[in-house]
Formats: sequence, C-alpha cells, structure tokens
Amino acid sequence: MATPAEARPNAAPRALTLDNGLKVLIQEERTAPLASVWCWYKVGSKDERPGLTGVSHWCEHMNFKGTANIPRDQVKGIIEQFGGAWNGYTWIDQTTYLETATRDALDRMLFIESERMASCLYHPDDCESERHVIISELQGGENDPDQLLDQELTATAFKAHPYRHPTIGWLPDLQTMTRDDLYGYYRRFYVPNNATLVIVGDVDTSEALGRIEHHFGGIQAGTEVSRLRTVEPDQIGERRLTIRKEGAVAYLRVGYHAPAATDAHFFPLLILDAVLTGAKGLNLWSSFRVPPPQRSARLYRALVERGLASAVAGSLMPTEQPFLYTISVTATNGTPLDSAESVLLEELDRVRRDGITGAELTRAKAQLRARLVFDSDSVTNIAHQLGYFETIASVEVFTTAPARIAEVTLDEVAAAARAALRPSSRTIGWFQPLPVGSGKSKSEV
Amino acid sequence: MPPGAQPSDFVLQTSPARSGLDPARTVLETGVVVLAKPTRTTPAVAINLAMRAGSIADPPGLPGITWLLSRVIDRGTATRSAADIADELDSRGITLTITVTRHLLSLVCTCLADDFEAVLALLGEMLMSPSLPEREIATRKGEVITAIRQDEDNPAVRATETLMALLYPDGHPYGRRTKGSIEIVESLTREQLLRLHADRFAPTGLTAVVVGDAEPARVKEVAARVFGGWRKPAPSSIALPPVRPATARRRVVIPMMNKAQADIAYGFTTITRRDSAYYACWLMNVALGQYAIGGRLGDSIRERQGMAYYVSSSLDANVAEGPLLVRAGVSPLNVDRAVASIDEEVARLVRDGLSEKELDESRRYLIGSIPRALETNAAIASFLQTEEFFGLGLDYDARLPDLLGAVTLDDVNAAARRALDPDRAAIVIAGPYADV
Repeated sequence: MATPAEARPNAAPRALTLDNGLKVLIQEERTAPLASVWCWYKVGSKDERPGLTGVSHWCEHMNFKGTANIPRDQVKGIIEQFGGAWNGYTWIDQTTYLETATRDALDRMLFIESERMASCLYHPDDCESERHVIISELQGGENDPDQLLDQELTATAFKAHPYRHPTIGWLPDLQTMTRDDLYGYYRRFYVPNNATLVIVGDVDTSEALGRIEHHFGGIQAGTEVSRLRTVEPDQIGERRLTIRKEGAVAYLRVGYHAPAATDAHFFPLLILDAVLTGAKGLNLWSSFRVPPPQRSARLYRALVERGLASAVAGSLMPTEQPFLYTISVTATNGTPLDSAESVLLEELDRVRRDGITGAELTRAKAQLRARLVFDSDSVTNIAHQLGYFETIASVEVFTTAPARIAEVTLDEVAAAARAALRPSSRTIGWFQPLPVGSGKSKSEV
Repeated sequence: MPPGAQPSDFVLQTSPARSGLDPARTVLETGVVVLAKPTRTTPAVAINLAMRAGSIADPPGLPGITWLLSRVIDRGTATRSAADIADELDSRGITLTITVTRHLLSLVCTCLADDFEAVLALLGEMLMSPSLPEREIATRKGEVITAIRQDEDNPAVRATETLMALLYPDGHPYGRRTKGSIEIVESLTREQLLRLHADRFAPTGLTAVVVGDAEPARVKEVAARVFGGWRKPAPSSIALPPVRPATARRRVVIPMMNKAQADIAYGFTTITRRDSAYYACWLMNVALGQYAIGGRLGDSIRERQGMAYYVSSSLDANVAEGPLLVRAGVSPLNVDRAVASIDEEVARLVRDGLSEKELDESRRYLIGSIPRALETNAAIASFLQTEEFFGLGLDYDARLPDLLGAVTLDDVNAAARRALDPDRAAIVIAGPYADV
C-alpha cells in the first residue's frame, strides 16, 4: 500500500541556486520512465505598462519560434521524437514553459530551455505573423460571453493595479506593439536571476545538476528586474457592470478582493470557498479542468438545486499580490439575473455573519486533502506545483499546504469571511443576452 | 490552467500504451467484465464503469434521452436519496463525471484508496437501480436546456454538430446531437427514462475498470459483491445504418454575426476501428493535423500564414466508419483562405503522400508517447476501456509499437487516398461570416 493520504506531506524537492541566480528545484519520482522540465519566469501581465498590454503572452509565443542554435524549422521534432509534449502559458504573475518526455530526453529539454532563456530571435516576419495568431486567440475568447464578462469584471474591480488588464492584452495594444517592444521586454525579463528551473521525474539529481550547469551555467545574470509597484487602493463601494450583447444565456459574476497566497487569510478562504462551491485544490494546471465536488456546497444547493442556475463556480487563485475571489453563475433559462444575484448575496451575507459549521470544516478539509493527492498524479503536475509556488511566493507554501489546511480553525474561516466578503469590496457583473439578430451590443459600468 | 491564462499551444493529443500493463481480467458469472490494474503512484484509485448504452440507444424520435438519463442516474437510487449521494461523494472529495459517447455511458471518478470499496458500491447502485426522482428530472432538464442554449451560441459546437449531421445524414445515430433539442428534452418523462434504463442497462454490457492502489484480487472480490446479484438478459443489439461515403462536396454557412471569430469544421467519414488500415490512418492523421503544432495543417495555417490560433485534425474510427475532422478558428476575413489552405494540404497529401521522414517522425512520436499517455490511473483506466470495447486484447499496449512499426509508407498513402478528397469534403463555417 502507498502511504495513507493523511500522513503524506507534499514532498520537498532538492533546491539550489546557480551562480548566475537561476533557481533549480529537482524531485526524483520513479513512478514512470518520464521527466518533466518546466522553466518559470517571474513575468506576467502585472509587469506590463499601459500601451504594452499582452506583451508577456506575445513574448511567450515568440519563444517557440527558433533560436540562435535551433533553426525555426527544426523546433518541432526535438521533443516529439521522444514522444514528448511541450506547451506553455502566461498569466498575471508568471510565464512558463514545459516539456514532458521519456527520461532520455532530459538533456534535449534542458537545451531547449537554455536556448529559450538566452537566444530567441524575434524575427520581424515571425512577430508580424504571430500578431494575427494572437488576435485570433483574443477573438476566440470573445466568442465566449462568460469569458468576456470575467475580463470586464476584473477590469472594473481594479482601478490601479495592473492585474486589471487581461493577460492576452487589449486589442489596440496588440495592433500597435512593435518587434522592438517585444524583444526589449524579452531581454529584460528572460534572465537566469528571474527564473526557476524545475525537474521532476525518473532522473538522478546529481547527474541532472551537471547537465543544468552545462546548459545554463554560461548564461550571464541580467540586471535586477525593476517592477511596477502599484498597490490597489481599498475599494470603498460596490461596483457594477452590465454587458448587453446578443447571446443565448445570462451570466452573473461577483468578485471580491482576495488575499495573496502568503496572506494568513488565504488558506481559511480556500476552506470557505470549498464550503461555498466545492474544493478545487491548488493545481491550476490540472485540477481546474475537473469540476469540484460540490453537490452539498452551499451555493450549489441554493442556486443549482433550486433551478435558478445550471452551474456555479468559485475561483480563488494563489497569487503573488492580492487578486480576486470570484463566483460565477450560469442562469437557467427564464431566471432573471436579479433573482440569482439576490440568492447569491444572501448566502454570502449569511456566511459572513455566521461563519461555517464544524461539519462543513471537516468536509472541506477532507475534500482538499483528497484533491491534493489527486493533483499530484503525474510528474508534469508535480513539477507545475513546485514551479508555480516558487514563482508566486515560495515552494514552501506548497510543501506545507497540507499541514496549513489541516490547522485551519472555524474562527480563522469566520475572520477570513468577514474580511473578504465585505459588500463594499465587491464588483458585480451581469451578461444580459439580447435576442440574436438584434444587432446590438452595449456595455455599461 | 487558470481561467484567463493564455495557453500557448495545444497539448498534443497522444495515444495509447506502455508495454506490460498486463491487467487482470475477470468475467463475473452475470456477465460483468472486471479489469484491474494495480499502481502505486498515489494512494488513490481511478474507477471507470462503462455501460454499452451510449446515444445510439436513443429510441426513434427521442434523441437526447440518454444524455438526460446520464444527468439523473446519479441523483438517487433504490436505497439512497440525492442528498445521501451528495454527502457520500462530497465528504470524500470525489467528483463523479458521467459521459455519454455514441456507444458508451460511463461513470468515472478518482477516490482515495481507503474509499474504493464504498465508492464502487455507490456507483454500482447508480447503474443498477437508479430511482430517477421527478424533482431531480425537472432540475436536470433545466440544466440540459441551458447547456443546449449555450451550445447554440457557440460557433465551434455549431460547426462540429452541423458537420456531423452532414457526414451522417438521414437520422444516422452518429449525426445526431447527443443532447437532443430543447423541445424533446422538455417532453421527456420519468417513465421514458425508466424504460430506457430497463431496456439498455444490463450486466453483459458493463465493463468495470479499476486502476490504482488496490490489489486485483480485492477489486474482483468487491466487484463480485457489488454486481454479483445483478441478473438481466442481454439487451437486443442495435444495428447501425450503413455509412455512405459522400459523392460531392458540401458546404454550409451558419452566420453568427454576434461573434468575433469564425469556426471551421471540415471532414470526411473514414474507417472503422477494426479496419486493418486503422494504424496507417492514425499515422496519416498525426502527420496531417497533430504532430507538434497541428502537423502539416498547423505548419501552413498557423505557423506560415498566421491565420489561426488553433487548427488540428482528429480521427475517431469507431464501430461504424468514424469521422476525420479538421477544425480551425480564424478571423472572418480569413475564412476563405483557411478553407483553401485545408483543401490544399488535403489534396497535396492525397497527391504526393507523406515523406519517409514524416512517417518516421509520426511513428516515433506515437510510440514514444506511450509511457506519458499511460502515466496516470485515469488515463490507464480509459485506455483499458478502449481495449475492452474494441476487443484489442489484454496485451494491446505491448503490441502497439509493433503494430505502428509495421505500417509502410504505401499503407499510409493508400489510407490518405481512401479517406481524403477535397471534392467530397463536408465543410461548415459558423461565425461572423456570410456567403456573398
């Protein structure tokens, strides 16, 4: 038998830092003949200045386009010949790249990541071509009314902090950004002292360290990255927006300013979210693709079981700086949004006033304990978790998460609910569908 | 990935098998097939129960009834209320996913190893004796109707569903919308759902797969306890109408002027899963629209022309001749150019075939991806269901590299000529686009 879940902390990886500042995390996992390599950069859409929104994500696209030592037409095939998969994503705090393949591809994976860090080309023709790909990606997102509402709600909830703009960027910026903007941004942030390299899998740590030194040791440290220092001022009153647009279904979203991952309120709020909408776990790469267990969650019972909504979801992300706790509701046909909203707010007011019960605390902890086990079912997922937390806070936030969750008390949850769910701190967004064919589109804040 | 995060590229669709899965297979006296594979990755167990009662079992005039049944089957049993079930699942942190494909209705979940026995008993009861309460039916109908309305507002779904109707016309079960229509869902009754369950759910149609931290002997013992008393005759078999290959090119435009991007679905009917050309067709599809960022299609439409964020092809060889679908999301200004590029790549593949290098790359990729594709308990369980459903044999994962290795360039090029032809393509465009 494997170790019982209750006694299994998240394993701590071997950690060290190269002379050039590159952080390295290695964890040997011999469950399959695989290795997963992730290279994380502390750069995301929060680092973007006005006029350059979307530059982090566009750079990520450019960093798949060939390097000084990997010709453009030979990018594909390097990992595929080992049966591997590769990918990447950009979000508000981070940009990351991964390869997972058979263990004998480890050296190739490290080579690719070292090239990506130091030697990408940003050929002007490629920049131009990718502009169209990214605008196509943006338009694909706009096809989804719920995603559009999320984007607009976030932009309304933040007045000052760069978390307010979407990771993909605003269309006018994508239309005008230049190759020099992109390349300058790349050179500024893609330096070893702004990165974390993670390896998890069937590898020998000392051998892997030797190969890391070989591929990355010669890359010069960059100038220390200067950051935007905007702090979002306290929200002093409820904000609202309504999108009226042709569509078929009505959506409601409520966003509250939420604590950062290192804040004492974070894990209590994670418990609170589990009570309200079901536990999601902490792996944004995998677990958010599986709906949470939520049939007995308060908001599910209040909205879905009563036929007012076909879906309700909560989202509390571990982030470097205070972001949002959002609850989204898909209204069933014929349910006025104000009815769904009043039921939702009533439930939130109740939990803010009365807290949760001991039974709910026990169930939420059991759910989270199970999700943490399920979240670590592959070398790719484990490596994601290590790198993600190291990039937004520290890897210890992840390795100590099971213990921290186990310690959360009823009083802590009540305090977190009182702090986070203040009416004056919320932003309420509606997507009100207009009949298809009416040719109207309107946004009100 | 977090909502709002921007993925860069598709995770490559990978395929079967690592050598030596060697699952333990048992057929219970009642006809239930039990497959067990122990692993030690995590103290968890993946359970995958597949009943041969997919949407092809929808009776005439009732498309969507199997889908509604799948939404209600887990909301009450002979001995448990919906609230009891909610408590049992939620207290263990379990998300139960119920899927409906053309041929299977599946209950899938992962639980902690300590909970395996109780959870298998719970899932078994759902399959054998659902109570289908009226109140639950009414609530789930509302959810399904909302989901249908969301689909109708989604260009990608509209394009794909309309393409399937073009490829499989005249009421063929592969061409029907799995969720049905709002009108039919509203009209469905509890009696109809109970009748469907009584007619189509039987032990001979069930395969129970358990992968994870549980010994096969225990899995067999628990499965025998759960399903041992379930005795029913085998349901009548459902004959699928023949699939007639297209004789002409067809093109449908669904204007959705409230959208920003157009979705293109382009496809053909191809072969059955048991066709000897399957492995050649699979390799051909990898080269056409899978390898790296979407194979040849991705090279042309995304990488060289910068026209689309996504473009890829998929092959779904099935009991009947399944579809090969090309899908792309493009700016409305680029629709015609994107369709022309798909035509061009398809025609080039038929005319010139693949190169030895492309075949070798695709083959190495598929064989090399086997350990990764079978890393997690859930992935192994899904693979074993496919293995059982198509009768591929318990050693299929071990034989797979040889099966792929035996395919020649002539085989692949013959498969391309057989399956693909721009003059017989079905094409659907949904989005802010209209024919002039």
